[in-house]
Amino acid sequence: MADDIILEARNLVREYRTKEGIFGKEHVNRALKGISFSLERGKTLAVVGESGCGKSTLARILTLIDPATAGELLIEGNPIDISKEKLSKDMRSKVQIVFQNPYGSLNPRQRVGDVLTEPLMINTTMSPAERRDKAMEMLVKVGLGPEHFNRYPHMFSGGQRQRIAIGRALVLNPSLLILDEPVSALDLSVQAQILNLLADLQDEFNLTYLFISHDLSVVRYIADKVMVMYYGEVVEYGTRDEVFGNPQHEYTQTLFNATPQADIAHIKARLAASH
Amino acid sequence: MALLEIENLTVEFDTVDGRFRALDGVSYSVDAGEVLAVVGESGSGKSVAMLAVMGLLANNGHLWADKLEFEGYDLLTMSAKKRREIIGKDISMIFQEPIASLNPCFTVGAQIDETLKEHTTMSRGERKTRAIELLDSVGMPESAKALKKYPHQMSGGQCQRVMIAMAIACKPKLLIADEPTTALDVTIQKQILDLLLDLQKESGMGLIMITHDMAVVAETADRVVVQYKGKKMEESDVLSLFESPKNPYTKALLSALPENATGDRLPTVSDFHLGDEGAA
Ligand SMILES: Nc1ncnc2c1ncn2[C@@H]1O[C@H](COP(=O)(O)OP(=O)(O)OP(=O)(O)O)[C@@H](O)[C@H]1O
Ligand SMILES: Nc1ncnc2c1ncn2[C@@H]1O[C@H](COP(=O)(O)OP(=O)(O)OP(=O)(O)O)[C@@H](O)[C@H]1O
Ligand SMILES: [Mg+2]
Ligand SMILES: [Mg+2]
Repeated sequence: MADDIILEARNLVREYRTKEGIFGKEHVNRALKGISFSLERGKTLAVVGESGCGKSTLARILTLIDPATAGELLIEGNPIDISKEKLSKDMRSKVQIVFQNPYGSLNPRQRVGDVLTEPLMINTTMSPAERRDKAMEMLVKVGLGPEHFNRYPHMFSGGQRQRIAIGRALVLNPSLLILDEPVSALDLSVQAQILNLLADLQDEFNLTYLFISHDLSVVRYIADKVMVMYYGEVVEYGTRDEVFGNPQHEYTQTLFNATPQADIAHIKARLAASH
Repeated sequence: MALLEIENLTVEFDTVDGRFRALDGVSYSVDAGEVLAVVGESGSGKSVAMLAVMGLLANNGHLWADKLEFEGYDLLTMSAKKRREIIGKDISMIFQEPIASLNPCFTVGAQIDETLKEHTTMSRGERKTRAIELLDSVGMPESAKALKKYPHQMSGGQCQRVMIAMAIACKPKLLIADEPTTALDVTIQKQILDLLLDLQKESGMGLIMITHDMAVVAETADRVVVQYKGKKMEESDVLSLFESPKNPYTKALLSALPENATGDRLPTVSDFHLGDEGAA
């Protein structure tokens, strides 16, 4: 059977144009320089790369928030161009994103319960009671509790806000989820809980993930395929074992070599060097 | 005398369902030239403790402490004027969510300049040179151009580096770094950690490093405090913590490293059946 491709990117380009003052010279930053890849349904593609290499830019294009400057995007085989046509409701709930910056993506005046029930109100026919139950259930799944339902975003810790954002993205049962550094603010134990949850949902609903992370141990744990980006380009793409076992590009090698070590011999060496 | 001394700090918040105790009698201190790492579960009060030190608790917060002193000055009873002199200059903080703590309406350059203007006597030209030097030191590409950008025109990790540049701009005596490298890839993370450790060695800066990344702890800390549900569970030097963690939560934390996964699932704290006290 041929691979079931849920999303395909062909030569995506994104330029940011900024002006210095009103009459100033225009400056063009090519943040994506022609990116192509495809996502297989039910699988996880991890994206890694240097800070500023274009990962979040790519995430916003794939989730149909920003248009690409050039190139093609196909979802389930259909070309999509948000600068030309309006998105269908169906498409809107099919593709969800967890933003890198949870604080900025949560409305400060909206209670967490409403954050979670609002997408259900807009996109489903559930009754208020069903919506509330579903939202409560999600809150618990991401490791928060019913007591948090009526609190506002600023009343949470960084990692709790990150989990609210994950809950909001999952509540609509999307088929494709783009996660931009979704566990970066979580301690190892809560991180484990979230990674387990994502794995369970993938098993149960055949969910597809594009998982942006700079944490290579997380990537190694969760990824089927790995894509390495460098200055707006894909420099390496392969199965997890290929990329970790035999990295080809110099940047990938640099990345792996810079990974900090948590073993005891290493700590001893550091302490010895500093005394 | 310790640089910062916290004794029996408790913080509570008013919520719709009554009072919530976020921090319950936590004590620790940090000396000049020392790196103290604070680790612990998400929501365990790591940030709240530091916001209390900075005088930045939300309006619905209440705090008590037997002692909250910086260089022997009582932060609880200090005059507003004295506090303004210290906070931002002698004590500065890299906030956990950089983009939320940068002002969206001003360029990065204007925000760094403002910090330098407030706490130093540098001329306009000197401030500009210093701003570029600071951005270079945090690995910002095209630093001169970056000065003219607004926060929303930068990537997550670039914003985080701006925040770091601002926090070290006035050479603080105490730097509180709340998850300072969460948005950075490992190569830039290394550069930033080296930068902070150099500052700590050269100027005797005290550094409180809040992080969930045990590798960052291993690479930087002298001492480690472990928090769980608003309480301090354990405090020890870095080597003992990794070699022989005493508290069950600490053990759980170390075994949840993804590289320690056995089979398909990662162990979580609930697998260790900890009670509220963390001590099963
Ligand atoms: N709105 C914008 N206007 C101008 N330039 C932008 C804008 N958004 C991003 N950029 C630039 O585009 C490049 C890519 O940014 P992007 O946010 O995609 O990086 P990233 O890979 O997500 O980085 P990080 O890991 O730090 O989050 C960066 O150099 C950034 O400064
Ligand atoms: N203004 C507030 N009102 C009510 N509760 C609050 C408020 N601010 C923080 N809290 C609660 O206090 C507790 C401690 O929060 P804190 O931000 O210190 O956690 P943390 O240890 O820094 O966690 P993380 O690693 O997720 O950042 C959390 O349970 C949080 O929900
Ligand atoms: Mg990003
Ligand atoms: Mg925090």
